[in-house]
Amino acid sequence: MTGSPHVHVGNTSVAAVMAKVMAALIPGTIAHAWFFGPGIWVSLLLCGLFALVLEALLLRLRGLPLKPFLGDGSVLLTAWLLALSLPTLAPWWLYLIGTLFAVVVAKHLYGGLGQNLFNPAMVGYAALIIGFPAYMTLWPGPIGAVDHSLTLWEAFDLVFAGQGAVSHDAVTAATALDTWRTQTRLGTPVDDILTRPMFGWIGARGHEIVAAMYLLGGLLLLSARVITWHIPVAFLAGIVLTSGALHLIDPAAHADPLFHLFSGAAMLGAFFIATDPVTAASTPRGKLIYAGLAGFLVVVIRTWGAYPDGVAFAVLLMNACVPFIDDYTHPRVFGHKRASKP
Amino acid sequence: MSTHEGTLAPAAPTGGLWSRETRDIVVNGLWTQNPGIVQLLGLCPLLAISNTVVNSLSLGLATTLVMATASGSVALVRNFIPHEIRIPAFVLIIAALVTVVQLAMNAWVHPLYLVLGVFIPLITTNCIVLARVEAFASKRSTAHSILDATMMGLGLTAVLVVLGAMREAVGKGTLLSGIDLVLGPSAAHWVIPLTPGDYGGFLIAVLPPGAFIGLGLLIALRNVIQARGA
Repeated sequence: MTGSPHVHVGNTSVAAVMAKVMAALIPGTIAHAWFFGPGIWVSLLLCGLFALVLEALLLRLRGLPLKPFLGDGSVLLTAWLLALSLPTLAPWWLYLIGTLFAVVVAKHLYGGLGQNLFNPAMVGYAALIIGFPAYMTLWPGPIGAVDHSLTLWEAFDLVFAGQGAVSHDAVTAATALDTWRTQTRLGTPVDDILTRPMFGWIGARGHEIVAAMYLLGGLLLLSARVITWHIPVAFLAGIVLTSGALHLIDPAAHADPLFHLFSGAAMLGAFFIATDPVTAASTPRGKLIYAGLAGFLVVVIRTWGAYPDGVAFAVLLMNACVPFIDDYTHPRVFGHKRASKP
Repeated sequence: MSTHEGTLAPAAPTGGLWSRETRDIVVNGLWTQNPGIVQLLGLCPLLAISNTVVNSLSLGLATTLVMATASGSVALVRNFIPHEIRIPAFVLIIAALVTVVQLAMNAWVHPLYLVLGVFIPLITTNCIVLARVEAFASKRSTAHSILDATMMGLGLTAVLVVLGAMREAVGKGTLLSGIDLVLGPSAAHWVIPLTPGDYGGFLIAVLPPGAFIGLGLLIALRNVIQARGA
């Protein structure tokens, strides 16, 4: 929180903010469906449904009223962000377990909306990537890179029956981040890697457009003053500076900053995940430190880690540092001297 | 405790075998002051090795054995140890006993010894062993000290076994896997499969995060039971 004066910026109820954030996610989601097929509708539906049921169940258990909490859209937003970060053709129970960790473990066990230390959607993702690494590779390939483009019915079939008329092999593909990691470690020349079908103009094929749509949605949130510029700018700057430095040192082993920005969950993380008001730092300087370090960690984890993307772990690690960061970045209150922290 | 200065008061009045004091010691160790889910002592082995029932039970019993013998030995010699250097003396006694247990396990259950590895010598540094020696055995009679350490050890073992069962069931879909390491190859068929054939396993349960989540759930469960009872 900054010191006074505080300016009123219109309706800031939880429901209004959540509605704006969800509206800003629409372009990215549509682009996702366009490039990766209708699987996203299935996973979105499942995550949303599971999230509402689990939220209702937990509210009941805790003796809280259902309507205000279910109606404010916060749990739907968590489910939406989770669905966007999960591969869309995984078995249905994977979405159930992910939502369980997000809503029950990360949110309600810590005291519910506003009390959670860690970003719920990212806890759900982290639990799944650690618990079921094999299923977490079931990403549909981008349009043009796989043999078969799925219909909505076939997507349902894959999610619920596992093997339908089409097999996973025909419609899933390694992601650009995965390919980059494994191939550079094998020593494949960069020019050869970049000609593979999962790479697009600057980032991952298809996904670069999705990321651009997240960027657009994020700019809408900025202009609607739902979020401030500090976190997205610092997060993206952290990614660009770290990956840029690595790229300058050894272009054969490290992708350029544009690739890092337009593949994986970088844009989603910068505007929609790291900006979660509950789990992010709350002072302006704190936000810069929090998000800058998160961006740095994203590149570090992508480069030297064992998991496909670093956004979830980077955000969770920085979530853990938030109380510390906030404590050391109290803004000066008018009339007080800048306190020297003991 | 600095008031005791070597001239430790004799143990509290001892009654019959099932005196109130004895009962308190038993209830404390197993429930009220359970080292695993109330005192949260000895978490290093608790979290590291509790991925299967067999591992949990083996390390739990080994720890219990060390605790009982260490508390008994310290209680015997408590009046001869100068107060100022009691902690190093206790640690030396514990380390000697752990070495005995380690050599014994190496001799008789060698496959298990290989699995538990560094966690057997690490019993020496387990806070719960030193905690009982310092807080109880250095002040009380030998019999009560042995009983206290045994009950504390069994309380810890019980938590370890429940946690191990949870993690093994969720993570591997079996119970008692690895029993052949203890009882020989003939016991291999004792493993209880809980899920049909191709259960891939919820990997997070057998990894370190699963230990923390499982322990959190157990503590929550105990708090609920305690709150209901009160």
